[in-house]
Amino acid sequence: MSNTATLIDNLKAEFQLEGNSALKSIKQTAWNTFETLGFPTVKNEEFKYTNFIPATKSNFTLQAKNSISLADFNSIELVKEEANVLVFVNGIFNTKLSNIISSKEEVYIATLAEALTDSKEEALITQHFAQYSNNISDAFTALSTALAKDGVYIHVAPNKVVSKPIVLYFIADTYAEEVFSQPRNLFIFDKNSQATIVESFTSFGNKVSFNNIVTEITVAKDAIIDYYKIQNENEKAYHVGTTQVNQKGNSVFNAVTVTLNGAIVRNNLNVVLDEEHVEANLFGLFLPSGNTHVDNHTIVDHAKPHCNSNELYKGVLDGKSTGVFNGKIFVRKDAQKTNAFQSNKSILLSDEATINTKPQLEIFADDVKCSHGATSGQLDAESLFYLRSRGLSEKSAKAMLVYAFASDVLSNIKIESLKLNLEHKIAEKLAVN
Amino acid sequence: MLSIKNLKASIGDKEILKGLSLDIKPGEVHAIMGPNGAGKSTLSSVLAGRSDYEVTGGSVEFLGKDLLEMSPEDRAREGVFLAFQYPIEIPGVSTTNFLKTAINEIRKHRGQDNLDAVSFLKMMKEKMKTVEIDQSLLSRSLNEGFSGGEKKRNEVFQMAMLEPKLAILDETDSGLDIDALRIVANGVNALRGKDNSFIVITHYQRLLDYIVPDFVHVLYNGKIVKSGTKELALELEEKGYDWIKEENKEAV
Repeated sequence: MSNTATLIDNLKAEFQLEGNSALKSIKQTAWNTFETLGFPTVKNEEFKYTNFIPATKSNFTLQAKNSISLADFNSIELVKEEANVLVFVNGIFNTKLSNIISSKEEVYIATLAEALTDSKEEALITQHFAQYSNNISDAFTALSTALAKDGVYIHVAPNKVVSKPIVLYFIADTYAEEVFSQPRNLFIFDKNSQATIVESFTSFGNKVSFNNIVTEITVAKDAIIDYYKIQNENEKAYHVGTTQVNQKGNSVFNAVTVTLNGAIVRNNLNVVLDEEHVEANLFGLFLPSGNTHVDNHTIVDHAKPHCNSNELYKGVLDGKSTGVFNGKIFVRKDAQKTNAFQSNKSILLSDEATINTKPQLEIFADDVKCSHGATSGQLDAESLFYLRSRGLSEKSAKAMLVYAFASDVLSNIKIESLKLNLEHKIAEKLAVN
Repeated sequence: MLSIKNLKASIGDKEILKGLSLDIKPGEVHAIMGPNGAGKSTLSSVLAGRSDYEVTGGSVEFLGKDLLEMSPEDRAREGVFLAFQYPIEIPGVSTTNFLKTAINEIRKHRGQDNLDAVSFLKMMKEKMKTVEIDQSLLSRSLNEGFSGGEKKRNEVFQMAMLEPKLAILDETDSGLDIDALRIVANGVNALRGKDNSFIVITHYQRLLDYIVPDFVHVLYNGKIVKSGTKELALELEEKGYDWIKEENKEAV
């Protein structure tokens, strides 16, 4: 057992100022912020229910070896359709398992480190890097910014449609060591472009892993982006994932976040609707069991008028698992004619599972339509009886109802094999044959 | 096939069935009639295994086995089917999908192999014709947005698919117009055979014009107080239930 201070010391040893002077300055500021804030404790309102401090006491290595085989990778592959595949093991790019099939004209895909060697892309990175994420009060994000080394850089030029999905696998390899990794992604979608991105998180081995990942996404005018984040790590995996989105006029951003397993999982999804006529759809499904803790924090920031946001998060909690849903909606003074809807529904499959739901609406405009709702309960007893009276076992009846409950989230996934794969994993999780 | 002896059942502190006895042989159709609150729906619920009811006495034997000991799914797998008085809506679950699972779990229970997709579809088509139900209804979420008649037809369709040995129709006629009633009755009649028995619970004689029963029982105050043939149903239709209540006043 190590302690939090040791981890911070080790992280400090990793901290190096690289890149151009602008990036250096951003990183230095971010490091200073992280050092001042430290890892958040439960005294921090944003982490009231979610305590990562015990996890920071693990004996982490920051430069872990990679022993993931092709067979390992095949066992976790999520998408069967032709796709661009980028694999990161313990935060480090794995060339062998990766395969980029889309043309350079359609999309520029590279690791962040590689993109920085291209002067045109470097200029864009400098312009966008750490400009949307919260590097002031969010310690995890500041840490990511300060130590950002590798990750995925995607740039889609104006009017380009990326026909094949871009699937990113972040694998924690804990066969040998306890690992701490911090991939950092930046996606730039230019005017009127379209793309589909999948982020997948898995782990191998039975040691502790800690993933602190930040993805910044900027969506220019008229662009349409589908973004899927799928988590299925082991019971010793700690995960803080922050996706920060900035949307310009008439753009559409669709997100589906699915959390299947982990020790403590924190998903931050923050969307700023930064110009008029923007549409943001945020769907989430979390199915913790055992002792898993899943925390979904979302911020939908209506900065400008005439925008629509729609948010639906569903939880199915079994065992002694706990869930958190914290959904903030800001409607700024200028943001008249806003439509903002939020709903969080949870089913508790066991008496020992818990869900904490906190919708938080702050509305400063007066001509808006906003609503929020939260429900939690058990599976409907009458529906269960109905299905059982037709010969279904209690288990399959429950699974069928859970599956039905989850379907209006999963139906938003447009990659067919990904949807089927998730349905299959959910069925497996509910132990149905 | 079914032997109910002195069955007593309560919900909460309230005793509803107060010593009900009934014997049903293979191939027979028994109608159970009675005024509101007599215990008709309690009987169907207890037979299907709804857990809200507590059985406080008596026994129910089905094909030589103790029915009351079985889980609801095992009752279904042994061949008991309840057509619900108020079929529920289950968003996100299609009739087709859940019936396929149900049939295969029943087959597994009976030591049979899974029904392959082709045979299942063939069977569906056949039964759909019998109860005049449209494919599009069956691929939609179970009963969601269905009319009252469509819900009842879906119950009879499920019954046709599951081919139960004992089917209990709990006021399947309530809320049906005459055409829907005829379709439902046709579905039931198509299933009638020397090995299949039915309990038809109804408030009105009307349904029995279409499903002609072998026996008619009057359930009142938790007991069967009168049994006869189909003529008894006509008598009830004509005279109402007051004379039954009058006759059994002392028992109350």
